Amino acid sequence: MSNTHNIVRVSDVTKKFQLGKVAVEALKGINLEIAAGNYISIMGPSGSGKSTLFNMIGGLDKPTSGKVFIDEVDIAQLDAYELAWLRCRKIGYIFQTFNLIQVMTALENVTLPMTFAGMGNDAAVKKGIQLLDLVGLGDRFRHKPSELSGGQQQRVAVARALANDPSIILADEPTGNLDLSTGEEIIALLKELSRERSVTVISATHDFKMLNVSDQVVWIRDGRVDKIEDRDELSISLGKIGTKE
Amino acid sequence: MSSIEKDGVNRLVVLPFAKSVEISFKSIRVRFFRSLITTITLVLAVSFLSFVNVGTDIADGLLATGDINLRQALIRAGYDLEAQDTAVGSSPKQRWIIILSLLVCAVGIINAQLMAVTERFREIGTMKCLGALDRFVLRLFVLEAAMQGLAGASIGAVAGGFFSLVNALLSFGTVAVAALSWSDVALSVLYATLVGILLSLAGVLYPAIVAAKMQPVEAMRVEQ
Ligand SMILES: Nc1ncnc2c1ncn2[C@@H]1O[C@H](COP(=O)(O)OP(=O)(O)OP(=O)(O)O)[C@@H](O)[C@H]1O
Ligand SMILES: [Mg+2]
Repeated sequence: MSNTHNIVRVSDVTKKFQLGKVAVEALKGINLEIAAGNYISIMGPSGSGKSTLFNMIGGLDKPTSGKVFIDEVDIAQLDAYELAWLRCRKIGYIFQTFNLIQVMTALENVTLPMTFAGMGNDAAVKKGIQLLDLVGLGDRFRHKPSELSGGQQQRVAVARALANDPSIILADEPTGNLDLSTGEEIIALLKELSRERSVTVISATHDFKMLNVSDQVVWIRDGRVDKIEDRDELSISLGKIGTKE
Repeated sequence: MSSIEKDGVNRLVVLPFAKSVEISFKSIRVRFFRSLITTITLVLAVSFLSFVNVGTDIADGLLATGDINLRQALIRAGYDLEAQDTAVGSSPKQRWIIILSLLVCAVGIINAQLMAVTERFREIGTMKCLGALDRFVLRLFVLEAAMQGLAGASIGAVAGGFFSLVNALLSFGTVAVAALSWSDVALSVLYATLVGILLSLAGVLYPAIVAAKMQPVEAMRVEQ
């Protein structure tokens, strides 16, 4: 896979929310190119627009203006079926609140996207168990989310995100509801996946633990891209953060 | 890596019917008490309908015997019979009560289903993120309602018919059963069951359409 291939391209994206008479401009013109196979962190203070951008890239919400391209396809041009297909096959989502389906077991949660993708039941179960093994939950596949700890639930969510071998994993504060060490485990897991399966991981976060593993960090402030730093430039700002805190 | 456009043929997301049934069934089982509340209104309304209709069948049977004492007993039991009547038929008042009870039931079901659907916004949003189409969501809710409807309506219809028979045995004695046309009773019970299933489906349609049309972000923003 060449590094010049842009799997995600965000072009002049703005997003306004109309709250009664007041308009909140959450994104004020974002331009971003994300190379395939990288581990990207989108960093920024609370309210800076990370989740909003996450929703745009994931095709979960529509920009007010501007375009989002996945694999150089403008997702605004996709019809409902193609969009569903994109969400099912191309992108794996991980949320701060895990968002597992509470009434389903860990295994059923992981196999659901495979069912949507048309995989047969036996194959899906087999792959689901493999994926749960991969995230270290091989023996817990019969458990409901309410019977699992936060970290375990997030692992199930990671396994679910991998169900259809997506090229992109989008994670919105995947460690936001986890303690320090569990958060580190999830980060390590994501990093491993991005390296071994060359999945592009895009993670919105304000968790500085993420910086160590990122190939690129996009700093967002007040709905705009503040700066984009590659791995080698990072140590400088890391040093700064270290002294600030 | 294949682009979205090149894969034209395989671009379909699917949810096989058998899988939908399985998911809906499990969903009802897991949320048993919630499902029970939705269903109980239906059981009551349908059993009332069945009670009245089977009661009419029994009265018709008694009337068909031609026995003048039974005719008197029926009039004493509250049936308005003219001298030339050979069938009981339902009075307008009775019909109004039935329609009202069914209406109340429909409103109750819509209310219960709206709450049930609201509770599940996050689940719906999540499913859509995983690639579910609007109609998958719609189908799951309709299937759930159909199963609840089938269970609730058949229980209600059979129970209503049964109580009607017991009631007749107590008021008229065994002749009520002897003179009865069982095929009419079966039809009445079946009719009540069908009405119940239709009610259940009608009640879920609006909430389910609202749920199915939600954008994933809207659905998941709801605090729970
Ligand atoms: N649905 C909405 N309606 C109105 N305003 C919204 C909505 N979603 C987001 N906003 C606003 O957009 C801005 C950016 O929000 P966003 O959730 O993207 O921030 P964030 O960077 O993810 O913050 P956090 O780190 O706290 O999750 C905020 O000012 C927020 O109030
Ligand atoms: Mg956020």
